[in-house]
Amino acid sequence: MAGASKAVADSRANLPFVYRQYSAEQLKQVLHKMYLIRRFEEGAEECYTRGLIHGTMHLSIGQEASAMGICMPLAEDDQITSTHRGHGHCIAKGAEVKRMFAEFFGKTTGYCKGRGGSMHIADVAKGNLGANGIVAGGIPIAVGAGLSSKMMKTGKVVVSFFGDGANNEGAFHEALNMAAIWKLPVIFVCENNGYGMSTSTARSTAVKNIADRAAAYSMPGVIVNGNIFSEVAQASHQAVARARAGEGPTLIESKTYRHRGHSKSDRNRYRTKEEIEDWMSNRDPITLFESELREFGFIDDKGIEAIRSAVAQEIADGIEFAKASPSPDIRTIQNYVYTEQA
Amino acid sequence: MDAMVRELSYAQAIQEAMAIAMDMDERVFLMGEDIGVYGGAFQVTGDLVERYGTERVIDTPISELGGAGVAVGAAVTGMRPIFEFQFSDFATLAMEQIVNQAAKMRFMLGGEVSVPLVMRFPAGSGTGAAAQHSQSLEAWLGHVPGLKVIQPATPHDAKGMLLAAVADPDPVMIFEHKLLYKMKGPVPEGYYTVPIGKADIRREGRDLTIVATSIMVHKALEAAAALEAEGIDIEVVDLRTIRPMDKQTVIDSVKKTSRLMCVYEAVKTLGIGAEVSAMIAESEAFDYLDAPIVRLGGAETPIPYNPELEKAVVPQVPDIIAAARDLAKGVR
Ligand SMILES: Cc1ncc(C[n+]2csc(CCOP(=O)(O)OP(=O)(O)O)c2C)c(N)n1
Ligand SMILES: [Mg+2]
Repeated sequence: MAGASKAVADSRANLPFVYRQYSAEQLKQVLHKMYLIRRFEEGAEECYTRGLIHGTMHLSIGQEASAMGICMPLAEDDQITSTHRGHGHCIAKGAEVKRMFAEFFGKTTGYCKGRGGSMHIADVAKGNLGANGIVAGGIPIAVGAGLSSKMMKTGKVVVSFFGDGANNEGAFHEALNMAAIWKLPVIFVCENNGYGMSTSTARSTAVKNIADRAAAYSMPGVIVNGNIFSEVAQASHQAVARARAGEGPTLIESKTYRHRGHSKSDRNRYRTKEEIEDWMSNRDPITLFESELREFGFIDDKGIEAIRSAVAQEIADGIEFAKASPSPDIRTIQNYVYTEQA
Repeated sequence: MDAMVRELSYAQAIQEAMAIAMDMDERVFLMGEDIGVYGGAFQVTGDLVERYGTERVIDTPISELGGAGVAVGAAVTGMRPIFEFQFSDFATLAMEQIVNQAAKMRFMLGGEVSVPLVMRFPAGSGTGAAAQHSQSLEAWLGHVPGLKVIQPATPHDAKGMLLAAVADPDPVMIFEHKLLYKMKGPVPEGYYTVPIGKADIRREGRDLTIVATSIMVHKALEAAAALEAEGIDIEVVDLRTIRPMDKQTVIDSVKKTSRLMCVYEAVKTLGIGAEVSAMIAESEAFDYLDAPIVRLGGAETPIPYNPELEKAVVPQVPDIIAAARDLAKGVR
């Protein structure tokens, strides 16, 4: 997907990976989408607070570079499995925010026709096989999708997103082993935000880095700063190339942080205000990416302003679309339990 | 002198029971995900970690199968674990240890060991948490000989039955409906037990028997109160334990009223309603029946996210009223 011409490429020779790899237009698109993820979640949070959305939700605010960086080298028909903290993955893989809002509002125009909500958000047409309410539930499913890709020779690569907490489920270990022995085109992406709910990785996990687990399954284990878009995208590029070449899976550990609580019922008693404050003000992925883009001359204040206002409009329109959409008819309750047959 | 009785929430009652159990017996300890400083997903363990320390209030990694197995292992070797699942739905990840190990170990080893294990399962729908966080799986476990399965419906019973469970030498599975956690009710101070395997008649009546479990006990009582005005006199039996079931209480009630309705939140088919109905059909109460038995259970679907659909898939008070009114036709 290299978009930069030879001359432009030479002038960028000393810049980080993505600035050599992608056109200015593509990079601005990335910033746009990172804002879209952030504002989508802020919008969803506000709707929740105002009682327009029920249930709970898990916000990925602070983890946008990870979702975007991993999805950057994926083709539209490549697939992902996602997690309970999956709004960012969904948008990064190409979903429309209006249909996501509609799902959160429980409407028929939502991606799951109002049946799934935030925790089951999916966009199958764009290759997102779904968020998951079960920690590590999506990991073996990604391996199965990788098996289909290999058996059907589709050339598709499959990414499995999961959190640090998921690495202590048996499903994680069983899945990695099978992907490795069958050399499947799967990329395991651990978004390590330091905590599984209230439990820090230091308290839950015997190894220092989740990537260290890769050694047990004979695959590369790569650690990246998950808040730096370029670092994440570069690692994803390499893993995708390896997968497409039939060389098998990679485990990428993307070290990041969630700014918000685990869900809507978190009192944040397991971490300090200072820690949260530090990540928010010094390592925010959008701020970091934006200032690189500015510094390297890819965008100016006007360009940033244009992105921000376009995103604001998209969010406002999305919420309106969701509100105006119809709720499912109660008589349709049995739909989708089984496949409709003529 | 009677113990002081206070109003406590269902969650507080469970917490108090766990504290009493730990005070009385140093072998009792708690295990689960985020039950320490977080206080549990539903704040049931609350601040117990501050009082009992991290050695006795153990946060596990997110490892349900392994965690359940560790609890089984500790139980057969002298400890008394109380294991909290964050949601009952995650029992599915631990089924191996619950069903193949905990339930059968004593039997397979010819009585050489016991498994004094308590597991707690926050269950049920109504919180907007969708299909993987809202299920009622108690009948799954109720199908397994070797396990005891209880569903306390009130704060009083939640405390007393938990203490009975801890004292029990065999594995006891406690299903706690999440919507009950904030419900308040009278709870005596100090130690007491409510026996496992004993149903309770929550309301006496002559015209029809409703056998209900967990949150449905309250809905049935509401329906019964509403129908009183229409002259329909309903008896509400709170089953409390689904294995081993208190058959006699149900049989006696049906012999008195000649009409039976079962109300439960879990999916209607192949569940507790089928068991109660068949048990009555096999008993001497069968001859007393004046009308076909009615089951009101959950729809044959996963729990949907949309709030109206979510309500529609489990029995609500108006559904119970309508069904009971129908069943009571021709009573007098
Ligand atoms: C099998 C299972 N166990 C427990 C939970 C409850 N739960 C949901 S998210 C979560 C923490 C997950 O932590 P992590 O994998 O690090 O992802 P993060 O929330 O940090 O993104 C827990 C314990 C669950 N949904 N599924
Ligand atoms: Mg985490």
